[in-house]
Amino acid sequence: MDMFLQQLVNALSLGGTYALLALGLAVVFSIMGLINFAHGELMTAAGYGLIFSLLLGVPFALALPAAVVVAILLAVLMERVAFRSVRGASGTTLLLTSFAVSAIIRVLFQNFISARPMAVRIPMALSGTIEIAGLHLGIIQAISILVTIAMLVGLNLFLHRTVLGRAMRAAAEDFAIVRLMGIRANAVVATAFAISGLLAGVAGVLWVAQRGSVDPLMGFLPVLKAFIAAIIGGLGSLSGAVAGGFLLGFTEVFLQAFLPESLLSYRDAFAIILVIAVLLYAPQGLLARRTVVKL
Amino acid sequence: MLLSLNPLPEAILDVRGLKVAYGPVEALKGIDLSVRKGQIVTLLGANGAGKSSTLNAIVGLIGKKAGNILFKGRDVASLSPERIVRMGMTLTPEGRRIFPSLSVDEHLLLGGAAHSSRSSIREVREDMLERFPILRERLHQKAGSLSGGEQQMLAIARSMMSSPELLLMDEPSLGLAPQVVDLIFDLIIGLRDRGLTILLVEQNVSLSLEVADYGYVMANGRIVLSGTADELRNSTEVQGAYLGA
Ligand SMILES: Nc1ncnc2c1ncn2[C@@H]1O[C@H](COP(=O)(O)OP(=O)(O)O)[C@@H](O)[C@H]1O
Ligand SMILES: [Mg+2]
Repeated sequence: MDMFLQQLVNALSLGGTYALLALGLAVVFSIMGLINFAHGELMTAAGYGLIFSLLLGVPFALALPAAVVVAILLAVLMERVAFRSVRGASGTTLLLTSFAVSAIIRVLFQNFISARPMAVRIPMALSGTIEIAGLHLGIIQAISILVTIAMLVGLNLFLHRTVLGRAMRAAAEDFAIVRLMGIRANAVVATAFAISGLLAGVAGVLWVAQRGSVDPLMGFLPVLKAFIAAIIGGLGSLSGAVAGGFLLGFTEVFLQAFLPESLLSYRDAFAIILVIAVLLYAPQGLLARRTVVKL
Repeated sequence: MLLSLNPLPEAILDVRGLKVAYGPVEALKGIDLSVRKGQIVTLLGANGAGKSSTLNAIVGLIGKKAGNILFKGRDVASLSPERIVRMGMTLTPEGRRIFPSLSVDEHLLLGGAAHSSRSSIREVREDMLERFPILRERLHQKAGSLSGGEQQMLAIARSMMSSPELLLMDEPSLGLAPQVVDLIFDLIIGLRDRGLTILLVEQNVSLSLEVADYGYVMANGRIVLSGTADELRNSTEVQGAYLGA
């Protein structure tokens, strides 16, 4: 039972990170029809933001938000520079643009920062465990779960209580009509990117805190997983992205924990089988949205 | 020259040589029309004549177009829909286009987003809820759960939330039961009576000519006929083509 609870915590923490990443992809997709493959670079940027803030002597507690701000700024910048000019273009054009943006930023990281992993000094206080009811919880994992919950609640409040949040939900259903309310399309899209940057930045910081290092390719794998999670949930559906993220996290952690040794190397294959099974059962994803994207 | 005791009100909208193409297809081949303040002007024509294209181009939803669109004397042909709406003109689109997963109240609040203060949004919202009591009953329901007629009223109320001076309406009675159609037309008259100017696209030609002051008839991307509502009602072309006489 202890073992089970321990794994539950692992699953919540990993699934939460996938959920944040998938949510960031879904927020942008729901509004622009764009699958942003440069999302992983936002995560990596947050990692470098953390490293350089610490190198500049910023205290750890302030370096964390600074890292997230770096990801937000980069997200808004890539929208302004690359995606605004292709807004409303075909899905293929958008996809290729995002591949290009991703590749360019990665090369910049490799050439101007370092192609090799850079270590991040995580304060001792965070690397230990705490004991709650006989359960040994990694402090970072516990924080990661709390942060994920706070982000999900905060985003939900934003989407339901503010004009821009409501405009984003409306734009996901019919963008042209949102503009007929006198709401600036640019503001809605920029907000979507800022939110995706925020989510990727937070996920990036949590990821780095667990791994202790940053490299230019750091964002690739988790964002690939997040993309799979978003597809499981139904691309463009926000609650679907969260559900897909947790489902994938749980699957990975429990396969890792309970698969026999000889099958462990097939863990990801089993996870992908799950995805295929879900898509066979529900080709549009678990919580698919039915509307089309129109600008 | 005759001096009229009732001079014609000035034009709030003046469209000159409006052309729109979808790829190689020329949908509007040079439209001229004007709408005078305080009037209901109707735009008639068969399916595919170019009525929706005209309204969408005027309000800025179609960006690529040629010609001039003078609204309150200013050329808005190159402006975005959000700018145009903030200047005082908006569109109730064809097919209602409500946001299914948003509540009725959220539609109204979004519709009023261009207002500068919360108190003016609240004021206009209260006004709309008085005008459309059914929306008050459904205030927290998702718009997707409303009936067609209720959705149309919501779409009109949402447009009115920006306090427009000129409202473009694209087939507001489409697909509605006859009693609901009457309700919508009563509403249109009510809106005109309190000073709103309306450019109305309708399939229901006889009802439109009943409420309109002036009308244009379109075919194949051109205006082929125009005149006062009385003139159109009595013209042999309109009678033959639309009124089944
Ligand atoms: N988005 C579009 N893409 C291509 N062709 C269009 C589009 N919208 C309208 N059309 C074409 O333009 C012409 C005018 O259409 P429309 O303005 O919708 O007419 P109406 O509203 O009078 O029925 C039609 O031939 C229609 O097929
Ligand atoms: Mg039409």
